[in-house]
Amino acid sequence: MTQPFATVVDIARDIASGNTSAVEVLEHHLARINEREHDIHAFNLVTTEQARATAQQVDADIKAGKKLGPLAGVPIALKDNMCTRGIETTCSSKILEGWKPPYDATVVTRLQQAGAVMVGKTNLDEFAMGSSTENSAFGPTKNPLDTTRVPGGSSGGSAAAVAAGFAAASLGSDTGGSIRQPASLCGLVGVKPTYGLVSRQGIVAFASSLDQVGPFTHTVADAALMMEVIGGHDPLDSTSLPQPMPSLTSVLGQGVTGLRIGRLADMPDGCEPEVLARMDAAYAALQAAGATIVDISLPSLSYCLTAYYLVAPAEASSNLARYDGVRYGMRVETADLHSMYGATRAAGFGAEVKRRIMLGTYALSAGYFDAYYGKALKVRRLIANDFAAAYEKCDVILTPTSPTVAFPLGDKTSDPLTMYLCDIFTIPTNLAGHAAMSVPFGTGAHNMPVGVQVLAPALGEPTMFRVAAELERAS
Amino acid sequence: MSTPPTGSNPARITSEVVAKVAKLASLQLSEAELELMTSQLSGMLDHFADIDKLNLSNVAPLAQPFPLKNVFREDVVVAGVDRDEVLAAAPAAQEGRFRVPPSSGLGEQ
Repeated sequence: MTQPFATVVDIARDIASGNTSAVEVLEHHLARINEREHDIHAFNLVTTEQARATAQQVDADIKAGKKLGPLAGVPIALKDNMCTRGIETTCSSKILEGWKPPYDATVVTRLQQAGAVMVGKTNLDEFAMGSSTENSAFGPTKNPLDTTRVPGGSSGGSAAAVAAGFAAASLGSDTGGSIRQPASLCGLVGVKPTYGLVSRQGIVAFASSLDQVGPFTHTVADAALMMEVIGGHDPLDSTSLPQPMPSLTSVLGQGVTGLRIGRLADMPDGCEPEVLARMDAAYAALQAAGATIVDISLPSLSYCLTAYYLVAPAEASSNLARYDGVRYGMRVETADLHSMYGATRAAGFGAEVKRRIMLGTYALSAGYFDAYYGKALKVRRLIANDFAAAYEKCDVILTPTSPTVAFPLGDKTSDPLTMYLCDIFTIPTNLAGHAAMSVPFGTGAHNMPVGVQVLAPALGEPTMFRVAAELERAS
Repeated sequence: MSTPPTGSNPARITSEVVAKVAKLASLQLSEAELELMTSQLSGMLDHFADIDKLNLSNVAPLAQPFPLKNVFREDVVVAGVDRDEVLAAAPAAQEGRFRVPPSSGLGEQ
């Protein structure tokens, strides 16, 4: 039971019941890290000493008969764009290398209060900009299921850490698919919650109207438990929704009888045939379990990529203006302030980040604003309207998470647009602010995992988790 | 796409425009970077011209998923972040403040 790949639910139960100890569970995971991390590069930092101290504290609390949190002793990894007080937080960027935040993100505090043991900070595409984790300033992460392939991105390190058995669960952030796509490519469950359901206080901002935090886990039940720990209102995040966090662990056995499952009538081109075959199997499984399949259309779907790649860079160009060599991380010393800004940013940011800052600054600049950013916001309204119409007819929508299985390292790095096309199915939800998750559902080409994406309207998590649990049972 | 995008989109992006945008973004780019950026941005903007097909005249922009309003809290003193801890993480600090080079040259941009 203390083996890697054990679930969050099993580990928490076995530690609480005394079948194993938090220290024993941690040491098994650390041993696995020692064995494979040099091949995978899931982490920017492994926090061995802090993890051992936390695990010992959990064991001492058990001995003292103290009340335990729901994640007591569970090893968890954090994407390295989440602030951890006194522990380096880099966003996989040279510009933040060595920076130690003066506070913890709210999600980090909530995990700590639940008794989780943080094992390390995971690699990502620099500032979460990418779909393969190849844009990290510290080198790419590899897919633990086939190390010649990417783990997806931008939360590739968080996905790889769970898929390799380095942690029982992890947190990532999802701006256009950065949790769901790597979950799909690594055979995991990954959740992008409704915008505002999980606090973003202390998460380094990329595109503030799109970013959300969510878990990577092996099972749907683990994801439900993680969501209940990290979700719910946070007064420190002005975009946090006031609604209480709904129970998700209690709905998993409810089945799908009577639910209406939306199927895209006009599937975009570019999906691998094996991925489409798994989709057919998913619809069939849900139908067999008592759901009804309804054809729906999202006429603006194909325009989402353009809307996203104007909105996200525009917001990023503004958010990343703060990295100017004054308050955090690195500085290139020059004679005057303005040249210091330019030189520091030139040396500190990688190619993709520079590209998006340029694209975003252009889209927002005088003379181009109406033609690009302004139009993108109108397309964003169209896709929100499309979803509203679709959800009149169905309760959730099923799509592939990614058009392809994990692709080889280096395959899409030469042409940014090819990489952007990875996000075609995941982007629309972020634009609308709705809930979505990826559930592993068999394998496709090269025997690599295929993920099915379950989309639900805002705060539709309970229904979404019921469908995900049914897909898990059928897979 | 060999022709400039139609509709209200401006013509193909030039290296002069890219250089101006780099200045606005406080990014020093080398000549080689400027050239590559011009060609890559140009390719992307050509692709993004797909939305010119849409009739958006009566569509209201959507900047945020949900309506946002100002969020206030009770005006009581709470613990903030520690000043020394913040300054310790900065590239340079002096006498309780961030230290920066002189701002001469700001007006020359």
